[in-house]
Amino acid sequence: MMADAKNFYNNQIVIRLVQFSVIWAVAAIAAGVYISAELLWPQLDFGQFWLSFGRLRPLHTNGIIFGFGVSALMATAFYSVQRTCHVPLFAPRLAWFCCYGWQLLVLTGGLSLLAGFNTSKEYAELEWPFDIVIAIIWVCFGIVFFGTIARRKIKAIYISNWFYGALIIVIAMLHIVNSLAIPVTLGKSYSLYAGAQDAVVQWWYGHNAVGFLLTGGFLGMMYYFLPKHAGRPIWSYRLSIVAFWAFTYSYIWAGPHHLHYNSIPEWVQSLGMVMSVVLLAPSWATMINGVMTVSTAWEKLRSDPALKFIVLSLAFYGLATFEGPMMSIRSVNVVSHFTDWTIGHVHSGALGWNAMITYGTFYFMVPRLVGRELYSTPLANLHFWLALAGTMLYIMAMWAAGVSQGLLWLSVDQIGELSFSFKDIMASMAPYYALRLVAGLIFLLGTLLMAYNLFMTLKGQQPVRSAPPLMQPAHGVG
Amino acid sequence: MSGLSLHKKFEENSALLIFGILAVSAIGGLVQLVPILNQDSLDTASENSQLYNALELTGRDIYIREGCSTCHSQQVRPLIAEVERYGPYSRADEFVYDRPFLWGSKRTGPDLHRVGGKFSDAWHRLHLIDPRAVVAESIMPAYPWLARRPASATGNIAAKLTALRRLGHPYTDEDIAGAEQALEGQLEIDALIAYLQSLGTAQDYSGG
Repeated sequence: MMADAKNFYNNQIVIRLVQFSVIWAVAAIAAGVYISAELLWPQLDFGQFWLSFGRLRPLHTNGIIFGFGVSALMATAFYSVQRTCHVPLFAPRLAWFCCYGWQLLVLTGGLSLLAGFNTSKEYAELEWPFDIVIAIIWVCFGIVFFGTIARRKIKAIYISNWFYGALIIVIAMLHIVNSLAIPVTLGKSYSLYAGAQDAVVQWWYGHNAVGFLLTGGFLGMMYYFLPKHAGRPIWSYRLSIVAFWAFTYSYIWAGPHHLHYNSIPEWVQSLGMVMSVVLLAPSWATMINGVMTVSTAWEKLRSDPALKFIVLSLAFYGLATFEGPMMSIRSVNVVSHFTDWTIGHVHSGALGWNAMITYGTFYFMVPRLVGRELYSTPLANLHFWLALAGTMLYIMAMWAAGVSQGLLWLSVDQIGELSFSFKDIMASMAPYYALRLVAGLIFLLGTLLMAYNLFMTLKGQQPVRSAPPLMQPAHGVG
Repeated sequence: MSGLSLHKKFEENSALLIFGILAVSAIGGLVQLVPILNQDSLDTASENSQLYNALELTGRDIYIREGCSTCHSQQVRPLIAEVERYGPYSRADEFVYDRPFLWGSKRTGPDLHRVGGKFSDAWHRLHLIDPRAVVAESIMPAYPWLARRPASATGNIAAKLTALRRLGHPYTDEDIAGAEQALEGQLEIDALIAYLQSLGTAQDYSGG
């Protein structure tokens, strides 16, 4: 009997991580909405240092990436690795340490950003004591994940696990190298790298945090939940192999496109540009693989909001991974660099791809974790349209803002004099910023509906006791 | 089919998969970072490089703390419009004492790499306390607290200079011994203004 009880999948930890992820999503999106309002009404900080734009902005990005994103990735990795390996989680106590340790890190790290402890290196703003904690929890995450894989009952390691594995390994490498610094006090350190070298190291980190966390990690989610949900095997296994290795190899080169025309050697800019364009191939191969997987199950889209979210997220994934390589071409980047176009691009990925695939996955996973129907399908459908409308409005407003900003900044008249002053161009952004605020509010409203829907689904329920199938399959995945 | 059967080894052996991911993902970083980190012209001081004094360094750390770099770049690109608007384009040797670099990724406000000497200290003081008193259209946050806190509250300045000296910044023993005194009587806003006024001023403009 005891052996049987020990053989159940750990569903409780998945539920807990989903709950934290949703809480961080609401908080971090709300912070984003607030700072977008500050760009229209700067008085909204009420003279309080902790409400100042410069402190809330890293709180917004870190809250989304490390709060919402990583909690969702841990939840889905723990859910899918057990089911693709036909074993419960390895070292469940360590897994719980990762779960709560990470939430404590996000909470205290967020407060430290408000207090002004900020390295200023994007997506690596947390100061050195937090960097050490991140590294420790990350290694524990790796032990739980790869430990589970090592004990698997299925011979082949399923592809979703390669992506989650790449997430764990590559983020550890990037984080450790980029965070190297000499501490002065608990809240202040100086980077081991200076100037141009620091810039190249930072964007090697920054671009690949996007690459292996926000792209690779969520592709792991896609490779498990999309086929599962569509009830179809992945369209081409061979394509997924080729795309995985091409992705892992080429993404890491793309960082210098964040530094076009900046004070770094031209060869590294050009190399970053070329490899960014190359990256289009594995990115779209994966998108095509995903879309073809659903291609014989389109009828499910009519009734199933969760699958709608996942399929739409693939469309935005395709859009963002096309736009990214285009923006990395130097002659396009000369316009887009430093403008709101970059903000639009980031959000077509963060809202359209990361948030939507996660929302779809949560709508799929949460009812299964407690063995009941979703509380309200109409509410989830409404959320779908709000998410789509909010995302579209957001990125269109930022495209318009960014392209006009970029062109107006560069505009000179026939005798080489600047056509427009900086402050006139800045002042002309107000309508776009207002549209962006509305877009953010719509997206936040949708997220709140999901939070309510999932809360009501989970309310008073216990996690189901699910176990690996008794029959050993000849081949295949859970 | 031989490719697939080779791959079968990776997908059936977790250690091999971990090693494969690590090896494949490391290549690009090694090719780019090793030469860049060993290129002397990127980390050797020249006549364009200016060491921050105790007050300027304190101001820089305040600039970082307040997240100024989320809205202001410090990187003038070698483009006609940028050089016209901001001044001579930025050179790598101007940043050898910048830990971390503050080039930024977004210009909600204007670039600041050549802001030194363009406005008076009095203008900066007014602008930081109430931006819209000086520039009506401005959407910059106000920083009234900088005019209330002493510059020394930002942290142990002697320890900061010592740490930077360990990283190769040529601070003398006198610099470190006199650091506390250099901040005496100064507010955070004074330190920040000193930093802003130092930006981009080491550059020898004669070369174009």
